[in-house]
Parts: sequence; structure tokens; C-alpha cells
Amino acid sequence: MARPGHVGALLLLLLPLPLLLLAFKTPAQQTEELGAYVWPWPQKISVFPNQTFVLTPSLFHFQYSAASVVQPGCSVLDQAFVRYRGIIFGPGPWVTPDQPGLKQKVKSSLEVFVAVPGCDQFPEMNSVENYTLTLNDDHFILKADTVWGALRGLETFSQLIWRSAEGMFCVKWTEIVDFPRFPHRGLLLDTSRHYLPLQAILETLDVMAYNKFNVFHWHIVDDPSFPYESMTFPELSRKGSYNPATHIYTIGDVKAVIEHARLRGIRVIAEFDTPGHTLSWGKGIPGLLTPCYSGATPSGSYGPVNPILNTTYEFMTLFFQEISSVFPDFYLHLGGDEVDFTCWRSNPGIQAFMKEKGFDRYEKLESFYIQKLLNIVSSYKKGYIVWQEVFDNEVKLSPDTVVHVWKELETLPYTKEMYNVTKAGYHVLLSAPWYLNHISYGQDWQQAYKVEPLNFEGSPEQKSLVIGGEACMWGEYVDVTNLTPRL
Amino acid sequence: MARQVLSSCALLLLLPLLLGPQAPLASAARHPALWPLPMSVHLSEDLLYLTRESFEITHGPSSTAGPRCFLLEEAFRRYHEYIFGYFLSPNDHLGGTQLQKLHVTITSADSECDAYPNSTSDESYKLVVHCPVAVLEARTVWGALRGLETFSQLIYKDPYGVYVINESEVIDTPRFGYRGVLIDTSRHFLPVKTILTTLDAMAFNKLNVLHWHIVDDNSFPYQSMAFPDLSEKGAYSYAHIYSQADISIVIEHARLRGIRVIPEFDTPGHTISWGKGQKDLLTPCYQGSEKTNSFGPVNPILNTTYEFMSKFFKEISRVFPEEYIHLGGDEVDFDCWESNPFVTEFMKEQSFGKDYRKLESYYIQRLIDIVSSTNKGYMVWQEVFDNGVKLKQDTIVEVWKEEFYRKELADVTAAGYAVVLAAPWYLDYITYGQDWKKYYAVEPLNFAGTKKQKDLVMGGTAALWGEFVDATNLTPRLWPRASAVAERLWSPKDVRNLDDAYERLAEHRCRMVRRRIAAEPLYIGYCEL
Repeated sequence: MARPGHVGALLLLLLPLPLLLLAFKTPAQQTEELGAYVWPWPQKISVFPNQTFVLTPSLFHFQYSAASVVQPGCSVLDQAFVRYRGIIFGPGPWVTPDQPGLKQKVKSSLEVFVAVPGCDQFPEMNSVENYTLTLNDDHFILKADTVWGALRGLETFSQLIWRSAEGMFCVKWTEIVDFPRFPHRGLLLDTSRHYLPLQAILETLDVMAYNKFNVFHWHIVDDPSFPYESMTFPELSRKGSYNPATHIYTIGDVKAVIEHARLRGIRVIAEFDTPGHTLSWGKGIPGLLTPCYSGATPSGSYGPVNPILNTTYEFMTLFFQEISSVFPDFYLHLGGDEVDFTCWRSNPGIQAFMKEKGFDRYEKLESFYIQKLLNIVSSYKKGYIVWQEVFDNEVKLSPDTVVHVWKELETLPYTKEMYNVTKAGYHVLLSAPWYLNHISYGQDWQQAYKVEPLNFEGSPEQKSLVIGGEACMWGEYVDVTNLTPRL
Repeated sequence: MARQVLSSCALLLLLPLLLGPQAPLASAARHPALWPLPMSVHLSEDLLYLTRESFEITHGPSSTAGPRCFLLEEAFRRYHEYIFGYFLSPNDHLGGTQLQKLHVTITSADSECDAYPNSTSDESYKLVVHCPVAVLEARTVWGALRGLETFSQLIYKDPYGVYVINESEVIDTPRFGYRGVLIDTSRHFLPVKTILTTLDAMAFNKLNVLHWHIVDDNSFPYQSMAFPDLSEKGAYSYAHIYSQADISIVIEHARLRGIRVIPEFDTPGHTISWGKGQKDLLTPCYQGSEKTNSFGPVNPILNTTYEFMSKFFKEISRVFPEEYIHLGGDEVDFDCWESNPFVTEFMKEQSFGKDYRKLESYYIQRLIDIVSSTNKGYMVWQEVFDNGVKLKQDTIVEVWKEEFYRKELADVTAAGYAVVLAAPWYLDYITYGQDWKKYYAVEPLNFAGTKKQKDLVMGGTAALWGEFVDATNLTPRLWPRASAVAERLWSPKDVRNLDDAYERLAEHRCRMVRRRIAAEPLYIGYCEL
């Protein structure tokens, strides 16, 4: 058993495996010796550069360890095994390695060991995604606490394999210990500004899995269109979608997305953004939105959700009951961003209400609405994520609220907001520097890469409240024709 | 069920709504959406319907082209598909008048059916849509192609799914004769399929020049018969090569759409990849008296250089039937020349002093002589003019530097050279938002000059350089942004209203998507499927 040229002075004994680290080598040097490229880069990886194994595509299979608590019948891994075989080897036919004189050892399986049962559940905020990958003479084994970790490990395994000049599938002697730095690694898609066909969403989930993203933030409705087909309020999409025959998501579509995501360890967090960004809701629910006034008469246009009517809350109660049951994740994103007060201000009914309640600013009215909405949602045993305005406007939030930081202003840079939110004790998600819809010429991926989410002044306790971030692909200029290359 | 008033052909009262090119089409919201907007369009409110099964595009009885004209036969087939898609139209009609045929009549004795389009091709046409037979008249097949595109754009579906067209009359001819798209297949190889798709989309926009920047520093995908090592050593890999067969396919696909293919073999700079397969072509750079491992521009002091160029361009002039070759000549970095002692010696001999532009001039001069002897015209980037190279009077100078491009246009045309404008249309410079508007707003003749000077502006090029572009993102990046350039170069000068343009372009974009071009959206919205 050859040993690597360099033995690191620091031997990190995290597991009872003799890990020989490529210490004193830069990541770039390590990459060069790997022969294959892993993205995202694992926490700990060591490779024996001169030890290569060959995989026989016609024989190679994934198999559950005898000791694994998860066994065949586990849909997540059963399907992943099929999928990753396809990803690694393609459809064939394949070059068969010459038997005589074959210097490398042939491996025909990767054992998969999962410690904790649970295969039919949905991934959660606290799901454990750790795994270790050991590829040596004696063992070819992927160990994970949960099936979600196993998925991450399978992806890494698939990235370590390359084809030699003769066409053989090769992988080097490798030891990996990996776990994510942040538990919430999300991608936002906007299906209101432009409808995205189901296929486009499913393909995006595939690519997310290749990159170990684990949250799909579905900004499903907004001002321009309402494609979500509600069972309780079918008029919403019938009147609010671009085309109720072709530009909607049926409950079947939604379920397909949720399951496709689940099989890849991806949570689906739906966002039904209110009280602003709701013009399309008003088409199907007359009376939901605030009628704007021109002096003493209605102008014909509408504004945010009308916060002073009981019918509004009756609607929200029924609507979010449906949403809470359709979307299994504990969290719902309730939006709350960019509420334009002009319409509210113009409406005499609202003016009277403000006076009655003693609200001196419209932020208080917004708070009043959000509070009631949050209570409704809480009663369905859901947690919620809100855009930062809800926090900025001093709404009373439950302790497990997640605040989503998206603004970058001279007066309020996102680093300051991160500080403020965590100081108040809330969990925080970062999106501000990751608005991928803001395209520019050149290698702008580097700006996104350089962001350091914990680069704000704050105590360690504060920084521990940063649960991760989300790359946002808003849809004003994006639909299926350009989504994938832009992402 | 309210429908448009339709009457039988004999009693048809043509109510020509005189619509100037600027006013939005009143009755049609988004229909019909014409792009680019023709020089003159008269639409009546009377609608005719068409059905896939019975509508025919055929040669007019007095046309000088007939069934032996493959270019037109192909176009007839193609446009029938574009119009009717792959769906059957409803068989029931509530009455109304049917348009049965489009007669395409070429009027010149020489239809040019088997010829290649060139810089003087006549693309004008007249289209009269009248029950029961519409007539498209053009002097040449090139005008017929443009007219067929317009005809296909006049047709739309009514709310019942029936294909309809307004009785109308269109008289059209382009404002500028050179309306190009530049693709760069050196920074990233583009599969032939991608190039053919681009040609299809160009035809939908009446663009008529494919400026093929085929090789550059990074890779040499052109497979030369005389010098096979150029691609053997210079291409990214064997999978990233254009064979002679590939080139022929591109040229013919373009010809059938009235598109010229102008190849650019850019020298003396931008040639690193040439040096891989052609030893001693490039200038070796020196560090002091030591020869380094790096190379610079083409070596202008060796006879072998000109022997190579002579043989190479002889081949190029045969392979590409187009009368013009683009010789490049941009961004020549003098550092390497300056470092090379032999070049320094040569400069002394020639009394060029320290002015390396004179050396560049010397090279270009000899190159131009070589190319001229092949009876080709040539285009060059503006540096060749800026650096005082002696050019033949019929050289076309392409202006690409954004800073002071209007001054450059004035200078080039004042010197009497024809000019093509690329500077404000570098589509590879993406930005957030509706940047098509800034491309649309450009006015090519907005520079200080006499009418004679302005007549020298041949047209322009929408350039999509390849540093960040390959087959995965080319089509959405090019379209519909290049469409803005297309209308600017085709339509009359006063067609500038952005609101009207948005309406028509949004629908035109949906039409391109339906025709399998993945053009990206302009803004929030959707396309009817």
C-alpha cells in the first residue's frame, strides 16, 4: 500500500480511518492531483495520486451495506442508485478493459451505509447531510447518517470518476469527510413574471442536486400572474394566470415538483408573498385588494391586500390552510416585501381605520396585517420565512422566524442588516449579494463566490444564527429560453 | 359570436387604412406584428382566412423563375410550415372569404436563383394580399425571400384558431444593404447546427450577412486543404473542427435564405493558434537577446509569411464564393515585434524608424495585394485605416471602437471609404434590463458628414464575440436583441417609436420561439402556445 508523497504534520483524526491529508498543499495542487474535480469542494479530502481503481460499467452497482439500517425499498436511495449509474456511466456500450496486464484494481461496487432510519420523510432544516467516502483497496464505502447525506456522497462519488484515454472509468484512492457549512442552501425561481414549464423546474432541481443545493424557494405567484391552481379558490388561477389552460401548475404538477425534489434531498419552500406583490390575486378574489382612490372616487386600480376587512383574513385562513397541507415543509415563505403605501393612503376606509387604531405610520398597518397572517400560519403549525422589511418594520415575530436579507442599500448595507437581525435573535438567510438575475459582462461568478456570509460585525452567537443563503433568479427577464444558461 | 365583417371578393370594398410606418396598428393590438417594419404598409380591416390544407404558395404565371428554382421551392415549403406550424386548422368556417394562393413572381430576366447574394442584390418586393390570390412581386429571388417572410408575419390566428390575414399592400426595400451578425467560433467552437439555427433566425429578421470570425488566438477550427496542420494542431480538439463539407453546408443554408457568408481570417494579430500548425509564421518574442517561448503577431519580415498567405488565401477565395473577405487587422500588439532583433533590423532597412504602424502597414499592404490578386474585395477593422495603411478605394472599413465612433464614421467616409458600423452593437456586452432599446435607438447616420459621406455607410453588424458564449447560451443572448439592430438597418429612419417597437418585437419574439428559436423574453409576460 503506497503512501502519498507528503504526510501532513496535522493529522486530523476525525474518524477511525487513517486519513493522510495533503497538508501543505494548496487546494489547487490537490485538485491537480485528483484527476477529477469536485464541486462544491468537500470539507476534508485526501487522495493518493498514484493509486487508481477501474470501474466496470456493466458490473458496477451500488449496494446497501449489510449493517445499514436503510435497505432496498428505500425509494430515495433505490432511485438515486439508478440515477447515479446513469450519470456516471451513461447508456453504453463501454470499452472493456483488457484483463491481462491490467495494472489497476477493478472495483465493482460502492457500499452504502446509512446509520439513521427514515426514507419516506421529507428533508428538513435540520437534516444531517454528513457523509464519508472511503475508496481504498479494502473498502469502497459511502457512510452517512441519513439518506440525505448518502445523496450528497453519491454526487461527490460521481464527480471523482473520470474516463482514461482508453475509455475506462477510473477513480483514485480517496478519503473524504464532508458536511455542509450551512444547512440552508437555496435557489429561488420566480414563476409569476414568466411561467416556467414543469420540465424546466424539474431540470433545475436536477442541477441543484449536482451542486448540493437543498432548498427550492418557489416564488410561485406575484403581481403579473397567479399560476398556482388552488383547490379552495380555483378562480385565483382561472382569472389570474396568463392562460388558465397552459400557464398553470395543477396540484399534480406541484406534487411532482415536491417529490422530484425530495428524491434529491431538496426542500420545497413555497412563497405566497403578501400584502404587496398581489395584483394577480385580485382578479380571482374581488374585494381582496385595496381599491385605490383618486380623491373621493375609486380610480379603478388596486393596491396591496386590504388589511382592514374581515373577509381578507377569512380568505387567508382558508387559503393558507390549503397551502399548509399541500406543501409539506415546516416553513412557508410569507413574503412581506416592498409594500407600496400609496394606495392604502388614498383609500378613505383605510384612513379611517388608521385613525381608529391610532396608527401614525403605515408601517404599523402593514405590521397589523402581517401579525394576523403570521398567527393564521402558526395555527397550522408552520414556521415562516419573511423578507427583511417585516423585521425592519418591527413586526412581532415568533422566535423561530427566519428573516431573509435581500436589500443592498447605501443607507443599509446587507452586512448591517445581518447584524441587526441576528442581534435581535432571529435566524437569517442571505440573498442580497446573490441576485443572479442582475447579469453583467464578464466572469461575474467570481463576485458571487467571494461573498463571505459571516463577514459582519457580530458575536459568535449572532453568527451561528446565519443558517445559509439563497441565489435568486427573479423572472422579469427570464423564462425557459434563457433560464439554464443564466443560472 | 361576433366576427370581423367579411364579404365576397367581388363586393370587397377596400378600405385602405393609410398607416404611416410610425403609428401603431390600430385594430390589431399585437397583430399583425411586423418586424422589421416594412417601408410602406397599408392594411385594410377586411380579413381573409387560410387553411393549411388548401393554401398554396406557387410561382406566378409570368415569373421568370419556375419549379426548377430550388431556392424558391425550398422557401415555399419552409414558409408553409412556418405559417401553419404543425397543427391542423379547424375545418369549419363560418363563411368568409378564403385566400387560396400566394403567387410569387420574379420580374427580372435573371432571377438569380442559382447565384449567391452579393453587396448589390436587390431585396425589394411588393406584396398585394387580395382575395382570392395574393401576389408577391420581386425583381430577384432575394426580394421574394424577404417578401415571403413579411407575408408569413401578416398571418395570425383569430380567437377561434382560424388563420387570417388582412387584405393589405406592402412595398418594401431595405434602408441599408449590409445587415450583419458576427459570430466568433474561435473563443468557443460553435457546432454547425448552432450556426444553421442562427441563419434561420437571421432570415426571420431579414438580416443578410453572416460575418464568420472563424479563427483567432484561442483556436483554429477551419480545416484547410492546403495546410491541414493548422486545424490539426490549432483546433481545440478533433471534435472542434469545421470540415470543408461543414463549410459548404453553412454557405448553402445561408444562400437559400439570401444571406452572404463573409469569412474573417484576422491577421497579423489574433493569430496565436495559427502558429501551432504553421512553424515560423508568428514572430518569436525575445527577452533581451534571449528568444522566449512565446509568440506574437504574424512575422511580417519573412518571405515565407507571404508565400503562406498567398497559398492560404487562394484557398479561402475558392472555398467561400462571397466576393468579400474580411482580413481583420485589429489590435496588433507591437511589443513582440519590438522585442525581436530581426524585426528591429528590418525596420532599420525599411527606414520605418520606431513606428511599428509602418511595419503593420507594410504587412497589410502586401496581404491586400495578395488578396486582390484573387479578385476578392476585402473588409478591414478600423485600425487598418487609423494606422494610415494605403487601401484600395473599394475597401470596406468596419468601425468597432465604441469611443468616438461617430467621429470615426466621419473620418472614414471623408476619406472616401465605405463603412460598416459595429461599435454600438456589441451584443456580447450584456447588461441587466431591456438593453434592446439602446441598440434600437442607434442612428447610423448620426455623424457630421455630407450626403455623399453618408451614402458610404453600407450598414452594420450585430457582434456576438465568443469569450463568454457557446452553444449553451448563444441563441437567447443573440435574440431578440439582434432583432433591434435588424429593424434599425432595414426600416426607414423615422421608425423609432419604442412603445410601438416593444409591442411588435414582443410578438415577433414569440413567433421566433414558435419557430424553434430560443429567443429570450423582452420583459414580463408570456407567449400564446
